[in-house]
This record gives sequence, structure tokens and C-alpha cells, in this order.
Amino acid sequence: MQRRLKIGVLYSRVRVEEKWIFGAMEKRGIDYDRLDDRAIHFDLNNPAPWQQYDAVLERSISYNSGLYALRLLNAFGVPTVNTAEVAEICGDKLMTSAALARDGIPQPHNATAFTPEAALEAIEAFGYPVVLKPVVGSWGRLLAKVNDRDAAEAVLEHKATLGSVQHSVFYIQEYIAKPGRDIRVVLIGERVLTAMYRKSEHWITNTARGGEGELCPITPEIEDLSLRAAKSVGGGVLAVDLVEHPERGLIVNEINHTMEFHTMQPLSSIDIAGEIVEYTMSVAKER
Amino acid sequence: MSTVTCPECEAQIELAAGTEVGEIIVCSDCGVDLEVTALDPTAIQIAPMEQEDWGE
Repeated sequence: MQRRLKIGVLYSRVRVEEKWIFGAMEKRGIDYDRLDDRAIHFDLNNPAPWQQYDAVLERSISYNSGLYALRLLNAFGVPTVNTAEVAEICGDKLMTSAALARDGIPQPHNATAFTPEAALEAIEAFGYPVVLKPVVGSWGRLLAKVNDRDAAEAVLEHKATLGSVQHSVFYIQEYIAKPGRDIRVVLIGERVLTAMYRKSEHWITNTARGGEGELCPITPEIEDLSLRAAKSVGGGVLAVDLVEHPERGLIVNEINHTMEFHTMQPLSSIDIAGEIVEYTMSVAKER
Repeated sequence: MSTVTCPECEAQIELAAGTEVGEIIVCSDCGVDLEVTALDPTAIQIAPMEQEDWGE
């Protein structure tokens, strides 16, 4: 008789996405454990409790907890969705930019510096406005649109003085006058599932910041670019955010490895949670 | 359906059917985020503050 697969779902909060994922697991009669990342621990001399899982789906809200859990699980030989390598690249904007640059995938013009002085020099070379982003962070937090030198000096000093050491990795990006929207594309494996416009009057169009969703037709260009971007960061369950650059056309802005889809699932009528569960099971079967 | 008391403002909050442990609810009176920590019996506490590395 074939052994029944066992799945772990690592999470921090039961958001609507996790409720849908748990529901999809239960609907399929899958043997799974809910693993609250605030309650677990890893004993590196005793990986056995973790090796009972044929795959672990990572849905942590904390990037650090999720990333380190994935690293340990992968070190123990436990397959994960997504892999630690993918989380490492997608959770860090500079790592994502480096992967996209390596593969010649169009993205915003970026620069990086490690001191406020060098960052100011890079910003002046770009010309204003520019956008400063933390390399790790989400939901549009701590993004700064810098319109002139006075603002640049102030923001750089604040970041260097008040921020953690990570804020002294200055990630500088061209400001893109996008048409009040960006495009979020959801991919699983080699398949584009759905896409939506995220619209906002604000220059930050993240739906976590009040941006509204509207279905976006999947053109061959959107499909091709999203698949190339996903492959560049290692593939899996990903949300690729595209921006319509006024001169350069579609470019890849960022890639999310633990995507939220509370807007996307009802809008598209696609069972994204079910698709994620099916993909996790296929990863478990490959073990 | 069970009722819990907001630890911040003492409002009475009714939990919807299907509420799960780990879910975040918002107090309708004071707006604070609350985490459901147990269901039998029901318990809630103020949800952890958003951290810098939280996100998707």
C-alpha cells in the first residue's frame, strides 16, 4: 500500500489565505500539521520530527522566521514550497535585482551604495525624483520618494542613524511615472494562473496600502516576462509584480514568495489556495 | 458562536462561526487587532505589533 503523504504548513497568523489553504487541505483529505512559527523550535541534532514531513508549505508573515525555517528544513532534506534559495532571493530586493540583471530581465534602473555619501552621489547621478527602498520589507513600508537633494540628505541621514544595519544598504531606484497601476501576476510552477491590475492614485499601488484590484488580461508578453522572472529566482509559487514603464514598456518590479491573494482569488474566481496545495503535494511526491 | 471581551476597551465581541486559532479579529469598538489564542474555552489577546520583516 502506498504511504500517505504528510504535509506541514508553517504560518504565523491565520489570515484569510491560510484559512483557504487549510480548507483546501481538508477538502482533499490531506494529512497535515499546522506549524505556528512562534511555537516551534529546531534541534539540529534531532531532525527526525521534521523529516516526517514530505513537504512543508511556508506561509510565515515574518521573513526572517520563514527564511531560517526553510534553510533548516532544506538542510534536513525536507522539500519546501518555496525553497530557501527562492525565499532568500525574493525576500531581498537587491538579491532579486541581481538575479534579474544576471538573466537580462528588464527591471527598473537600480543602484546600491553602503554609505550615505556614496548613496547621495548615486542619487545625484540618477537625477530626481528617485525612490529609496529597504532591501527587506513589504506592504509598501518605508518606501521614500525623494524629490530633491535636501530630501535625499535628510532621508539618508535618518536611515543611517535610526535604522538597523540593513538600512545602510541603500537601494536606490528610478522613479517610474507608471499609469496609476501595476500588474500582479500569480504563477505556480511553469503556469501563469491569473493577473490583476493594482490601481491607486498614490505612487505606491500595493493593495496592502489601499490599492484596488481589477482583472488584467494575460497577454503573451505578460506571460513570457513573468515566467522568465519566476525562473530567474528559482520558480515555485510566486507573485511577480510588473510595472508599465512609459518608455521601456513592461518591466519586473519585484517578486513575492509568500504572496497574499485575498483580493486575487475572489476577483479571478481561481482557487489559488487549492492550486498551491496541489503544487505542494506534487513537490512532496517528488521526494 | 461565543463572545469575548476586548482586553483594551472591554467591549463584548462576538466571534463569527468558523473562527480559527491564530486568526486576527478587529475590535469593533476600539479598533485594536486581537488574536484568537484558543477556542475551547475562547481566549483572545492583543495581537503582536507589525514587525519590520513582516510581509509577503
